[in-house]
Amino acid sequence: MAEYLFLVPLFPLIGFLINGLLIGRLPKPLITLIGCGSVGLSLLLSCSLFFELKALAPEARQITQTLFTWISVGQSPDQFHVSIGYLLDPLSAVMILVVTGVGFLIHIYSIGYMAHDNGYGRYFAYMNLFTFAMLTLVLADNFLFLFVGWEGVGLCSYLLIGFWYEKKSASDAGKKAFIVNRIGDFGFLVGIFIIFWSVKSLDFMTVAARAPEVFVFGGSLVTAACLMLFLGATGKSAQLPLYIWLPDAMEGPTPVSALIHAATMVTAGVYLLARTNALFIMAPDALMVVAIIGALTALFAATIGLAQNDIKRVLAYSTVSQLGYMFLACGVAAFTAGIFHLMIHAFFKALLFLGAGSVIHAMSNEQDMRNMGGLKKYLPITFSTMFVATLTITGIPLFAGFFSKDEILWKAFSSGTNGAWYFWLIGFVTAGLTAFYMFRLVYLTFYGKERMDSKTKSHIHESPRTMTVPLMALAVLSAIGGFIGMPHIFGVTNYFEEWLSPVMSGPAHDMAEHALASGGHSATMEWLLMAASVVLVLVSIWMAYYFYRKNTQASTSLAEKFLGIKTTLENKYYVDEFYGAVVIRPVIYFSLFLWKFVDVILIDGTLNGLAKLWRDVSDALRYSQSGQLRSYATIFTVGVVLLIAWIVFGINHG
Amino acid sequence: MVPTSAYLILAIILFGIGTVGVLITRNMIVLFMSIEIMLNAANMVLIAFSKALNLVDGHVIVFLVLTIAAAEAAVGLAMIVMVYRNRETVNVDRFSLMKW
Amino acid sequence: MNFELIIFGISAVIAVFGATMMIAQRNPVASVLYMILSLIAQAVCYVQLGALFLGVILIVVYAGAIMVLFLFVIMLLNLRGEEASEQDTPAVSQFTKYVFSVLLTLELVFIVKAASLDSVATQVADQVADGFGSVRQVAQVMFTNYLYPFELTGILLLVALVGAVVLAKRERDSYSSATDDADDDRSERVVE
Repeated sequence: MAEYLFLVPLFPLIGFLINGLLIGRLPKPLITLIGCGSVGLSLLLSCSLFFELKALAPEARQITQTLFTWISVGQSPDQFHVSIGYLLDPLSAVMILVVTGVGFLIHIYSIGYMAHDNGYGRYFAYMNLFTFAMLTLVLADNFLFLFVGWEGVGLCSYLLIGFWYEKKSASDAGKKAFIVNRIGDFGFLVGIFIIFWSVKSLDFMTVAARAPEVFVFGGSLVTAACLMLFLGATGKSAQLPLYIWLPDAMEGPTPVSALIHAATMVTAGVYLLARTNALFIMAPDALMVVAIIGALTALFAATIGLAQNDIKRVLAYSTVSQLGYMFLACGVAAFTAGIFHLMIHAFFKALLFLGAGSVIHAMSNEQDMRNMGGLKKYLPITFSTMFVATLTITGIPLFAGFFSKDEILWKAFSSGTNGAWYFWLIGFVTAGLTAFYMFRLVYLTFYGKERMDSKTKSHIHESPRTMTVPLMALAVLSAIGGFIGMPHIFGVTNYFEEWLSPVMSGPAHDMAEHALASGGHSATMEWLLMAASVVLVLVSIWMAYYFYRKNTQASTSLAEKFLGIKTTLENKYYVDEFYGAVVIRPVIYFSLFLWKFVDVILIDGTLNGLAKLWRDVSDALRYSQSGQLRSYATIFTVGVVLLIAWIVFGINHG
Repeated sequence: MVPTSAYLILAIILFGIGTVGVLITRNMIVLFMSIEIMLNAANMVLIAFSKALNLVDGHVIVFLVLTIAAAEAAVGLAMIVMVYRNRETVNVDRFSLMKW
Repeated sequence: MNFELIIFGISAVIAVFGATMMIAQRNPVASVLYMILSLIAQAVCYVQLGALFLGVILIVVYAGAIMVLFLFVIMLLNLRGEEASEQDTPAVSQFTKYVFSVLLTLELVFIVKAASLDSVATQVADQVADGFGSVRQVAQVMFTNYLYPFELTGILLLVALVGAVVLAKRERDSYSSATDDADDDRSERVVE
């Protein structure tokens, strides 16, 4: 089976080629078959590969397949050699299962959601291309090939955000996502350069193996490389300060938001950190930066999420916040917890987005929650599945999100890093905020008065089977997915940690363990913290219930009391405006200066001036061109006379 | 015994007359004949040196020049006929289209 | 003053006179006739210089064939002297033209005098062998040392022949065939 590894990304690519090259020529059922079938085949293959990997001994769980040499410079192995190769290890196995699994469900969902769209074929072509790029990203065995996938998903993100390109806001959002990501990609590239410069290889295995010999623990070089990689991750995964593109990315079709901007692509940054854990573990300063950024993003985005009224934007800020959690986990060197939360988040956030899509579908493209309400009885399946997802994200015990989130909080608390307590506190507060805004969403959307107009109301209907079945599948995953990674204090094996342990070990980790004294904390403490967070979540839910269900007047009066805070939150802390003033305005003015002065006056002026000079000179000279043969002949003769005179007399006397 | 320089000076004088002819005449055919005169002056120089150096190679070159002059005359006259057919004149001053 | 010098003097004067009259004549037919006169005088000089073969060729080919070709063209075009064309004021004055032509001549004469090749050349010239410049001798050199140039002039003549025919050919034929082509194109398009 292992030799068919390359087929996993190849199926969606073939699907993309067929659908993309024959846009508008295939009948809809065929498009559906190709679009979903290719991802489905990838899913089946991924599953069988997973079981094959599982059958191997834990230390030997590594399947590599090198297809061909891509770039080769020089003879010695120290010179630049990059191959197109795939690496399947426990980490990438988890990722391909998430990508193909969630991706397949979202493809199925799209059949119903996009059924009446004119760009049906284009949509599935892009989605398949995205799946291909994402699989390339997670399966690549070296940095450069990963970067290809990285850019590929960025491209697809751009294409799909701007899918309804007739809409100005959609195409603007696509451009914004693309441009903001350029900043991150610049950092990523510099990181790759540093790594190649010092390690002389871009292969993940080689880099991980050689890192302890090449780098000094905590040295500036490895810190710089890690910070640059993290800059790339902040761009792709929408962390501070580059998160601004993600909320705007909600202009795309909702399944796109679910697949790309919640479940898979935005988690690429977390994957990158986990993939290069051997480097990060050697740079505690970089890890500290990651943890701080992650924690701040989690809190920051959650507060914005409190005051948003667009259902998709709430989810977008929630995604940013949850991604912050994952980075927090990576920042305290708990990569396993980060990946675990990544997987669980992929389930429940995809579910939330798809549920929101179902609501929007039912509401005739209305996205403002203030115009919804009481949808529970109209959309029973959507409601119940979304409710499961909400319970999961808020961290109700025994739902998957509870395990993954508490794992992160506990790791943050128990890690030996400085200020671990603060990280825990921020995560703790964020958990409360998350519970509040998620239940606010549920109450505003599904309970209370029916605030929509009558025309919309008459159209409300539960979504077709193709949309509800993926919802139910994801609901099951969100509910029970957590049992594979239960904490030790429950007295069961943490299968997930065990599964990923071959990836999260190695010489670099041994080295780090010597340097970092792990803070020993008792199981009692863990129980205590867990209980605290459950209590906080329940209090938050009750507050949401109080403000948005029981006593809706209270929320308005509270909002009036803290009007300043409310407007600030509604305007997302004016970050976009701040960037506009600090970054975009100067760039525009500088471009204007370049255009109006440097280009038009300096460059064009010089060139036009030169051209005009020659024109004037030629204008004066052209009268010598009389067109008269005899005049030319005379001038020629004069020339000959002078030339002979110069030769004869000049040489004689010279 | 005629000195070689006498022939050379005769050739130069003919060459000078040919130059004047090219420069002053308006008739394209006469202009053409002036060029022939200049060619013949060059031939005269070649033959004079042939004699002076006792080498017959100059004669061969003159023969080739005569051949080329014949070819040139054929093509040149064909062109003149063409030009005349289009412009109804052989006055070179009228052919000043390629100015400015 | 010997016989040779007298003959040279007379033929030189006639050659120069013929050339001068050629460029001075307004009537091109007269120009051609004076040119022929000049050529005959030059042929005499050729013979004096031992180039018997070339002298004959000059008269037969040049005066006999090429000049007659000129005459044909002039008569074919029915040219009658130069038209008065005052409106064509030359950009360079006539005076300059004369001055520089004379200057060129003087310069060349100066070179000949300065080279002072008389003494050397005359000595060599006295020893010219019998049969110098005869057909046999010229042919021997031409078909051995100068074989390729000779063949090339043959090709040149052929090219000139074809060129002259193409140039002088009446345009009407090519014209009509071009329009025929255009018609064909159009009809094809209609069929499409």
